[in-house]
Amino acid sequence: MDAAQEFVIEVSGLVTHYGDRKILDGIDLQVRRGEIMVIMGGSGSGKSTLLRHLLGHQCPTSGAIRLLGTDIAGASRKTLYAIRRRLGVAFQGGALFSSLSVGDNIALPLREHTRLDEDTIRIMTRLKLEMVNLAGTEDLMPAQLSGGMLKRAGLARALINDPELLFFDEPSAGLDPVVSAELDELILRLRDVMHMTILVVTHELDSAFKIADRITVLDQGRILITGTVDEVRHSDNPRVQDLLHRRPAANHADPDAYFRRLVAGHLVPGR
Amino acid sequence: MFAAVARLGNNVFYYVEQTGMMMLFLLQAFGRILTPPYRLAPIVRQIHFIGARSTLVIAVAGTFTGMVVALQFYDTLVRFGSVALLGSAVALGIIRELGPVLTALVVIGRAGSAICAEIGIMRTDQQIEALDCMAIDPFRFVIEPKLVAGLVAVPILTCFFDVVGIFGGYLVGVVLFGVSEASYFQGMIDTVGWHDVLMGLTKSVIFGLLIVWIAAARGFLLHRDRAAGFGAEAVGRSTTNAVVLSIICVLVADYLVSALML
Amino acid sequence: MNRRSIEFVVGLFVIAGLVAFLYLAMRIGGLEWPDHNHYHLTARFSSASGLKQGAFVELAGVRVGKVSAIDLDPDSYEAVVTIELPKRIRLQEDTIASIRTAGIIGDRYIKLTPGGADDYLADGDEITDTESAINIEELVSKYIFESGGKQTAKR
Repeated sequence: MDAAQEFVIEVSGLVTHYGDRKILDGIDLQVRRGEIMVIMGGSGSGKSTLLRHLLGHQCPTSGAIRLLGTDIAGASRKTLYAIRRRLGVAFQGGALFSSLSVGDNIALPLREHTRLDEDTIRIMTRLKLEMVNLAGTEDLMPAQLSGGMLKRAGLARALINDPELLFFDEPSAGLDPVVSAELDELILRLRDVMHMTILVVTHELDSAFKIADRITVLDQGRILITGTVDEVRHSDNPRVQDLLHRRPAANHADPDAYFRRLVAGHLVPGR
Repeated sequence: MFAAVARLGNNVFYYVEQTGMMMLFLLQAFGRILTPPYRLAPIVRQIHFIGARSTLVIAVAGTFTGMVVALQFYDTLVRFGSVALLGSAVALGIIRELGPVLTALVVIGRAGSAICAEIGIMRTDQQIEALDCMAIDPFRFVIEPKLVAGLVAVPILTCFFDVVGIFGGYLVGVVLFGVSEASYFQGMIDTVGWHDVLMGLTKSVIFGLLIVWIAAARGFLLHRDRAAGFGAEAVGRSTTNAVVLSIICVLVADYLVSALML
Repeated sequence: MNRRSIEFVVGLFVIAGLVAFLYLAMRIGGLEWPDHNHYHLTARFSSASGLKQGAFVELAGVRVGKVSAIDLDPDSYEAVVTIELPKRIRLQEDTIASIRTAGIIGDRYIKLTPGGADDYLADGDEITDTESAINIEELVSKYIFESGGKQTAKR
């Protein structure tokens, strides 16, 4: 089997509900080894929920999720943890532990899962901090870091055990353009140098077009399109074009329906 | 009318659901306590926070409680000419009831609220999810050390409270009102039995468990509590809830243990 | 605060806690190590009213032991009181055990009066000569009832 064609993430027929509301509706998604897949969509499109399912934090109503060849939908904690040791997850706000220093935060997975000696752990920690341009911050506490630095430190922690698969939630949200561009470069380098498979969830168009090998666009719990950057750009789907040109969705709505929504539950004046 | 019934049903459902989640939380936490690996360093840190740093507050609270109990009992006993009973009255009151309960209330205020807020913030900031994603069990990493520390620290603080309270009673009874020192202590030794000390100890262990359990669970399950709301506000509201719930549970448990052991 | 000093403080905290607990349990609570320097004797009384477990045992006005158990013999309806004494105090077979009251309304205790026999009591033996509690309440109420009865009779 050709290693490059192996699917690292395979999602099929994923349906999920929150109460009675359907959040994801029949998601099918394949991510190949060594590619950067960007999940795009507006707020409420279900992209965060999809990420939560991929990480095994939520169980789907129906459908299958295979990570690195193992089905994680409804898997035991032991199986899930065995898979998760091969993943890295960078959270939106970094999610560093405020009681530990930056260095201890990044070293945490090594201290928990390996028997490496303290010197090796320290060197590996510095190496990852260098990678994300945070050299010399290992003795600071998370409270002393800016938002962008926290996000990069979170990335360093996700990379500490050289994962096969990296999840990155909103890499550019809340960052200035320069730092955001640096982060995009870093993501590309991780794929090229370390052959990492990377799944990025974002709503930033520029960043998505710059880093993606393929893009999946989500809208209201369904996949609008999955394809290369060019395929997405030239899609004739009106919702995709709305998203690309930042047009509000209400432009297409029926004006009568809009009016009815506004006056719902009240008497219409003049009647 | 129908809406009122529906709301009532909804509320009942909510409380049953929350109770169930908290029980499952406790079972999961106990599962971790009963199985290895055991790590001492995080537990030591938590004993330091819950226990050692509460010592001064407990000492002050204990002294004044002992003093006021002695004052009240002296005022009553002196009318019946039974001042010799002062030592037993102070010791029994403190060892059986006031020591465990007041220590628990101080710990709820100092540590319970902080535990709930800390874990609640870890939840809203995705730190708990992050642990889970790093294949680090959040129950083992966050909850277990706090629970063990609560079970160790609260009984110790209660013992401090008792000893200091008896000393406070001595200050008022013997030093201020001139009850004889021998009758103060001998009365105490004659009346207080091992059974009374055991009752106080049982209570303090149960209270220690209740306090950490409720505080940790309310913070940990923040995202599952639709009444709490969202973000920073949810942390504040959950902390208030945890404190009120802990106080009520401690007082109810106090009555139950007393009724069972008397 | 660094880790070393946290560990020291916690160590101090736990040790002080243990000391406080031992003080409460052993000094105030009267708990003792299970030791072999004591032996037990039983004594039967027609009434052990007012006597409590842990009450002291006096000999010649000196506290020598304590009541370790009070049970009822279901056949004879007598109270069986077990007392605990240090081994160095040996009692003759004809020792008398009586339940007394400290003062008029004080605690009940057991008073031992040594006898003159040649044989000594061993662990588990029974003191046969006993005097039950003189029940002050009964005496007083009897007195009041009788005098009251006379008064009503006079009328």
